[in-house]
Amino acid sequence: MRRARGMLTIVAPITLVAATAVVGTFFERSTEIYFINALIAVAIVVALYVFVGSTGVLSFGHISFVAVGAWTAGVLSVPVAEKPATMPFLFDFLAETTVGNVWSLVLAALAGGVFALLAGLPLMRLSGLTAGIATFAVLEITNNVLRYYEKVGPGLNVFSSVPETTDLQQAAIGAIAAIVVAFAYQVSRFGRQLRAARDDAPAARAVGISVYRQRLGAFTLSGALAGLAGGLYVHYLPISVDAVYLDLTFITLAMLVIGGMTSLWGAVVGALAVSGLDSLLAEAENGAAGIDLPSGSRIVVVGALMALVLIVRPSGLTGGRELNLGRLLRGSPGRRGAA
Amino acid sequence: MTVLATALSDFLHAAVEPQVQVDAIGIGAIYALMAVGIGLVFGVLRLVNFAYGQLVMAGAFALAYASDQDWPVWLGIVLCFVVVITLTLAMERVVFRPLRGQPAATMLVATFAVAFLLQAVALLIDQTDDTLGEPAASLAKLNVPWTILGTDVRKITVVAIVTAAVCLAGLVLILSRTTVGLHMRAAAMDFETARLLGVRADRVIGSAVLLSGILAATVAVMLTVQQPLVTSTFALRETIVVLAGVVLGGMNRLFSATLGGFAIGYASGLLGGALPTAQSQYLPSILFGLVIVILLVRPGGLFTRGLGPVERV
Repeated sequence: MRRARGMLTIVAPITLVAATAVVGTFFERSTEIYFINALIAVAIVVALYVFVGSTGVLSFGHISFVAVGAWTAGVLSVPVAEKPATMPFLFDFLAETTVGNVWSLVLAALAGGVFALLAGLPLMRLSGLTAGIATFAVLEITNNVLRYYEKVGPGLNVFSSVPETTDLQQAAIGAIAAIVVAFAYQVSRFGRQLRAARDDAPAARAVGISVYRQRLGAFTLSGALAGLAGGLYVHYLPISVDAVYLDLTFITLAMLVIGGMTSLWGAVVGALAVSGLDSLLAEAENGAAGIDLPSGSRIVVVGALMALVLIVRPSGLTGGRELNLGRLLRGSPGRRGAA
Repeated sequence: MTVLATALSDFLHAAVEPQVQVDAIGIGAIYALMAVGIGLVFGVLRLVNFAYGQLVMAGAFALAYASDQDWPVWLGIVLCFVVVITLTLAMERVVFRPLRGQPAATMLVATFAVAFLLQAVALLIDQTDDTLGEPAASLAKLNVPWTILGTDVRKITVVAIVTAAVCLAGLVLILSRTTVGLHMRAAAMDFETARLLGVRADRVIGSAVLLSGILAATVAVMLTVQQPLVTSTFALRETIVVLAGVVLGGMNRLFSATLGGFAIGYASGLLGGALPTAQSQYLPSILFGLVIVILLVRPGGLFTRGLGPVERV
C-alpha cells in the first residue's frame, strides 16, 4: 500500500503532463502553442521546486539558469552559415560550432548545472531572505551580462534562426524528464536529508547532515533542470533577454506557490493551472470563447485570481501535499498541521 | 593589474567630483525613503512588500493625470497622496490582512500578484492613447538646476534631501514620542508579546501601512520630477534595488534598513556618475556583485551589530 502510494507521487504528475500533451494534439497550431508553453512552464517550475521545495528557501535566481541554458542551446544550434548575420561578435569557437537538437539540450542542462554550482558555492552559505536577495543579485548580473556581452550571444536582439524543434512531443518529454529527476531526487537520501533540514535545521545538523552540501547539491541539480528548460524554450520561440528575466521569475515562483511549494504534484498543478488560465484569457482577449476582453486585461485577471487563491488557500491548491487517492475519496480536506 | 589600478584611480577621481557626490546623495535620499516604507511594513507584518514600487507608480500616474488636466501643481500632489494612500490601505485590508501569519513565501508571492495587477492596470491606462507613457510635464520646472560653485544642483535634489531629512526626523519623533510609535516598535520586536500587553494589532499595522503609503506618495512626487515620462514599469527598478539595499543594511531594524537603502542609492549614484561610458552598461553587474560580496561577509546586515537572527523565507 505504501509502495502504491509512493508510485502515485510520480505517476500522477506524469499522467497529467502526458494528458496535456495528448489534448494539445487535437488542436491546430495556433492553439497548440499554449500547450507547449504550459509544458515548458512545467519544466521550469519543477526545476525550481527541486531547490525551493526541498529547502524552503525562495530562489529568485533560477531564471538565470534558464537564461544560460537558452543561450547555450541557442548559440550552439544556429547553423554556422547564419551566425555572422545575427551574432557577428561571437567567440570563434562558438561561431564555428553547431550541434544537433539533442546535444544542444544536453549542453544546456550542463551549462545550467555548472553555473548553478559555481553560484551556489558561495551563496548556499546564506539562508532566508539574505539568500533570496543574493539569488536575485545573480539574476540581475546574468541578465545584465547576457544583454550586453555580444561575444556569447545576440545581446539585445532576439534569437533568430534557432531551429524550432520544441514541439508538443519534445516539450512533454522534457517536462516528464524533469519530473522523473525531481522524484528520484526527493526519494533519495539526499532529498530526504534536505527536507529534514528544512523542517528542523538544528536537529538535522545534530544527526550529521551538512545543510550546506545538501543545499549545494539541490541547487546544482535544479540549475541543470532549469538549463534544460531554457534549452527547450529557445527551441520553441525566438526569445530575447527580456523573456528570461523578471516576468518569468515572478510568474514561475507564483506558479510554484499557488500549486503548493512543498510537493511535486503542487509544482505541476500550479504550472498547468496558471498557464491554462493565462491561455484561456489570452483566447478571450482575441475574442474567442464567447467573451471579449479588452487587450491587456488578461494580466489584471490573472493577478487578481492569484491573490485570491493565496488568500483562500495560503498553502497552495494542493496544500503542498502529494496526490493521495485515499484522502481524495474520503473527501476530508485534512488540514496541514501548524506550519 | 596596472590597468585595473588606473581604472580604479580614474573612478575615484571621478567619484569625488562634487557633481557626482550631490547627485549620489540625492538618489540615496529617495532610496532611503523607500527603504523606510518597506522596512516599516516588514517590521510589523514580517512581509516584504514587493508591490511597493507599484504604489509609487500609481502616484506617478495620478500626477500625470493632473498634469494632463492642467490642474495646478499642488492639486496634482494632493491627488497623488489620495490615490497612493487609498491604494495602500486597500491593499492592506484586502490582501495583507487575510494573509497575516501565513508563511513568508505566501505573503511575498501575494504581493507579486498585487504588483502584476497594478502594473497591468497601469498598462491598460497607458494604452488608452497611442503614446507610450504619460508625461507629467507640470512638475518639470522643479528639475531645473541652480549652479552653486560650478556644481549643478537641481532643485529636486535639494527638495529630495530636505524632504528625506524632514520625513525621517518626523518618523523618529512618531516612533519615539507617541504611543502608536511605541506600539509599532514593540510590535516590530515581538508581535505576540506586544498583543498580550494590550497593543491592538489592527491599529498598529494600520498605522505602519499608512505611514508607508505617505512615504510612497512622497517618493512618487520626487521620482516623477526626475523622470516625467510615467510608464507602467515606473519605479520597478528602484524598488528592486531598494529591496536589495534593505536586506543589505539589515532588515530587522528600521534604522539599519534605512541606512542600507541610502547606501545602495548612493553607491548606484556614484557608479552611474563616475563609471566611464564604455563600462556604465555593466553598472547593474557591479552593483549586484557588491551586494553579493557584502551579503556573504555580513549576512545579518551591514549596519547591524553582530550577526542578526536568521529568519526563513
